Amino acid sequence: MKNDLPPLSRQRLVVVGNGMAGVRAVEELLKIAPELYDITIFGAEPHPNYNRILLSPVLAGEQTVEQIVLNPLAWYEDNGITLHRGLKVTRIDRVKRRVIAEECRSGRGGTVEAPYDRLLLATGSNPFILPVPGKDLPGVISYRDIADTEAMIDAAAKYRHAVVIGGGLLGLEAANGLAKRGMAVTVVHIMPWLMERQLDETAGKLLQAELEKRGIAFEIGAQTAELLAGDSGRVAAVRFKDGRQIPADLVVMAAGIRPNTALAESAGLLCANPRPGGVVVTDTLQTVTDPRIYAVGECAAHRGVAYGLVAPLFEQGKVCATHLAQFGIGRYTGSQVSTKLKVTGVDLFSAGDFMGGEHHEEIVLSDPFAGVYKKLVLKDDRLVGACLYGDTVDGSWYFKLIREGRKVADIRDKLMFGESNIGDAGHEGHNKAAAMADSDEVCGCNGVTKGTICKAIKDKGLFTLDEVRKHTKASASCGSCTGLVEQLLMFTAGGDYSAQPKLKAMCGCTEHGHQAVRDAIRAEHWLTIDAVYRGMNWRTPNGCASCRPAINYYLLSTWPKEAQDDPQSRFINERSHANIQKDGTYSVIPRMWGGETTADELRRIADAVDKYRIPTVKVTGGQRIDLLGVKKEDLPKVWKDIGMPSGHAYAKALRTVKTCVGSEWCRFGTQDSTQMGKDLERALWRMYAPHKVKLAVSGCPRNCAEAGIKDVGVIGVDSGWEIHVAGNGGIKTEVAQFLVKVKSAAEVLEYSGAFLQLYREEGWYLERTVHYVNRVGLDHVKKRILDDAEGRRALWERLQFSLDGEPDPWFEFEKARVDLRQFEPVQPLRAVVPIVPVASGEGSAHLNGTATRETA
Amino acid sequence: MSTRTPSWVPICRVEDIPLLGARRVLRERGMPVALFRTPGDQVHALLDRCPHKGGPLSQGIVAAEGVACPLHNWTIAFADGRAKAPDEGATPTFACQVEAGVVMLDAEQLAQHAIDLAPPVAGPCARAGAAVPIVAHAVAHVVTAA
Repeated sequence: MKNDLPPLSRQRLVVVGNGMAGVRAVEELLKIAPELYDITIFGAEPHPNYNRILLSPVLAGEQTVEQIVLNPLAWYEDNGITLHRGLKVTRIDRVKRRVIAEECRSGRGGTVEAPYDRLLLATGSNPFILPVPGKDLPGVISYRDIADTEAMIDAAAKYRHAVVIGGGLLGLEAANGLAKRGMAVTVVHIMPWLMERQLDETAGKLLQAELEKRGIAFEIGAQTAELLAGDSGRVAAVRFKDGRQIPADLVVMAAGIRPNTALAESAGLLCANPRPGGVVVTDTLQTVTDPRIYAVGECAAHRGVAYGLVAPLFEQGKVCATHLAQFGIGRYTGSQVSTKLKVTGVDLFSAGDFMGGEHHEEIVLSDPFAGVYKKLVLKDDRLVGACLYGDTVDGSWYFKLIREGRKVADIRDKLMFGESNIGDAGHEGHNKAAAMADSDEVCGCNGVTKGTICKAIKDKGLFTLDEVRKHTKASASCGSCTGLVEQLLMFTAGGDYSAQPKLKAMCGCTEHGHQAVRDAIRAEHWLTIDAVYRGMNWRTPNGCASCRPAINYYLLSTWPKEAQDDPQSRFINERSHANIQKDGTYSVIPRMWGGETTADELRRIADAVDKYRIPTVKVTGGQRIDLLGVKKEDLPKVWKDIGMPSGHAYAKALRTVKTCVGSEWCRFGTQDSTQMGKDLERALWRMYAPHKVKLAVSGCPRNCAEAGIKDVGVIGVDSGWEIHVAGNGGIKTEVAQFLVKVKSAAEVLEYSGAFLQLYREEGWYLERTVHYVNRVGLDHVKKRILDDAEGRRALWERLQFSLDGEPDPWFEFEKARVDLRQFEPVQPLRAVVPIVPVASGEGSAHLNGTATRETA
Repeated sequence: MSTRTPSWVPICRVEDIPLLGARRVLRERGMPVALFRTPGDQVHALLDRCPHKGGPLSQGIVAAEGVACPLHNWTIAFADGRAKAPDEGATPTFACQVEAGVVMLDAEQLAQHAIDLAPPVAGPCARAGAAVPIVAHAVAHVVTAA
């Protein structure tokens, strides 16, 4: 046995358990502090770390043991990790800080000792063995590791009858695998239907019928009394309490698992017994008894929960690693979990309180012929649970609704048909990942195909949605393909994964969410980004491209006329006041009030196009003209020549007010929509917001201006104007919701302005009005705008105060803090370059020692 | 990597670059060099070209350790020009020195370093087939300051 003495400077980390949770924690540690520890890992199994979730495909003959290895032996070697395979740690000596391990095969008697400075327990869980006579007979096994799997494969080759005790996920996967290998399988399940902790009765029965079709027999409600031996001494039959017997050459115990805490208990570490079991750990994954000892994974009990799903285990591993690396910044605060399971090609999903009951309402879709069943459970106008069978693509959406607890009255009629049926675009309406070809596009935003995603999952060992997003960009933009990506994760990596932190941090620079930052800026009257960073303990000195623009906006919108804009914290478009294109040129879109223009304006535009050789001129969807391919150095000159106001087509700000022709000309028009649109645009232009804002005004209910999919849509009727809010024509087509009907144009201005100011004050950065209203609820908006007349007027006044005197960035450079230097390159004088290659340029460098620029 | 002593050419004053901002330096041949200024009057120089789709890094949001490309938000580190994982690829770096408030680049690098990399194209000229294909993840040799 290798027995290297570590150099004295390095600390020693010993990991007990060579499974997914422990090794993941080590991987995270190596990423951030590769030199800190000498690492020793003990694993009772003779294998390197493998993906336990994929044992079922191995059993079913779909994959090999080699294929499910996550970290080959070379990985341990490359990272200088001492791996003791086939050794079981039997004792922790907390006084001398060492562990003692024995070889797993009895009789060999070898022991190994390893001293530690830090100890990580990742001992996983043990199968629960029914305490019935005959449980120790040959041929009776559990289903937990590669050895069990191999025993089953072996038995399938020699014997005929298998009995699986337990109709949960594990039992059913075992049964399926054994059946595929040709055995006659009976599943014994004491509860009234299969997977009763994940499925309701209907879904459980559907699942049973499906599996019966595949030749698996069931003994539902049967109680096992005894396992009987045959002549050879091997198990031969199962006897039930009612006296019946069925033949069994192989019995698989799959009646649940328990955290494996024997070692921890023997070392005096506090465990949460009897339920949930597990070593009690803090938010830093340290055991409460001994801070030198950590525990992660199924063996750990955190805030009274022992997690058995991959995502929480990995989250724990990450936090544990930062603490081991002495960063000490991470805290694990628990995970909300849903169950998304795959039993033998049947998709199942459940989350929350899917059973329902008194005071609950249920929406049910049942199509047994097509093998689809969906139940949604609502309480007090909120989704509280979901159970899906056969079509789980919307599982993550339901899970999100459950977590957010948002009211669903407005989407209740469409809820059952899922997110993909309320206007999704971008992935051709696919909702079953398995049916897609490798070349089919899953993520329309980033052009990622199914094949690319599956390859990344396999090659890079991805397990979570976040990892897939980071590596492939799939589902990282609009998120509408999230359900598909989750399905691919399940097919490819196996198992379950969906768990997300309850509170989403703004970015990697902080643990605070958007609301907390907004609130603090108001409460503390902070006026600079630095004050926010200092006050909220930002982790990075200058933030990042994600938090800086957000905070800049929050400061400006919370303290107008007090906080000062920081152009370097704005995205390039808002710094150069034009829209960057893929080749680094820009587009220029001048403002055309209400979409109306004149011959004079068009002439100036045409002249500028000729003069600056602008390659493309295009009419936009917002009734304006887009000049594409303008060089950055030409921008100020083009603006000056055109002589029209900035269209802010590049900004998180008011974009256009689209109008129809209206009563001035149109024979159907009832209201002067063009004038209304111009008035709105003149009142609201230069208005920065959390995201872009688009308005439209139609002069009659024929709605030619498409006001129904705008942030504020105004529709003229004979007796006045209807105002609709929070529509969106983007990735997800969202029809605007009716807010109010008013009589006069002045009221249109006041109500629209008040709504937009509310959004400006309460919206999170990059949140469109539709997402903002979904988050706070339309009732909240109505309360503030309709029920509270004084509050509405105050909002409208605050907006006017904010906009009063705001500069046009195309002309008032200084006031708009436009740094004109950006339009000119720094250019070394010709005297300096070109330079002939200098062999040894000593001294010559300073000959031209003055700073040189072509332009100031 | 060469052991040659750089021949420093003065380019501009540190204040000519906005704090947490950037300026472009045009070259006789090859794409411009982007200069970035971070707190403490540190100045970093990269080829003005993201390894992903060729975006102009000088137009990105500048943080302490790197710049976020304006096109697709890849983060490129000043220290070695590498994209932040899991993105892969690197932008050529340029030796850069600040002396008495004057920013200096190496003349030889200005003249010769990474002059083979082409800018991205868009619009009608790309349609006409005049396009120079942009190779994603193109990794040029990275030169660090001697």
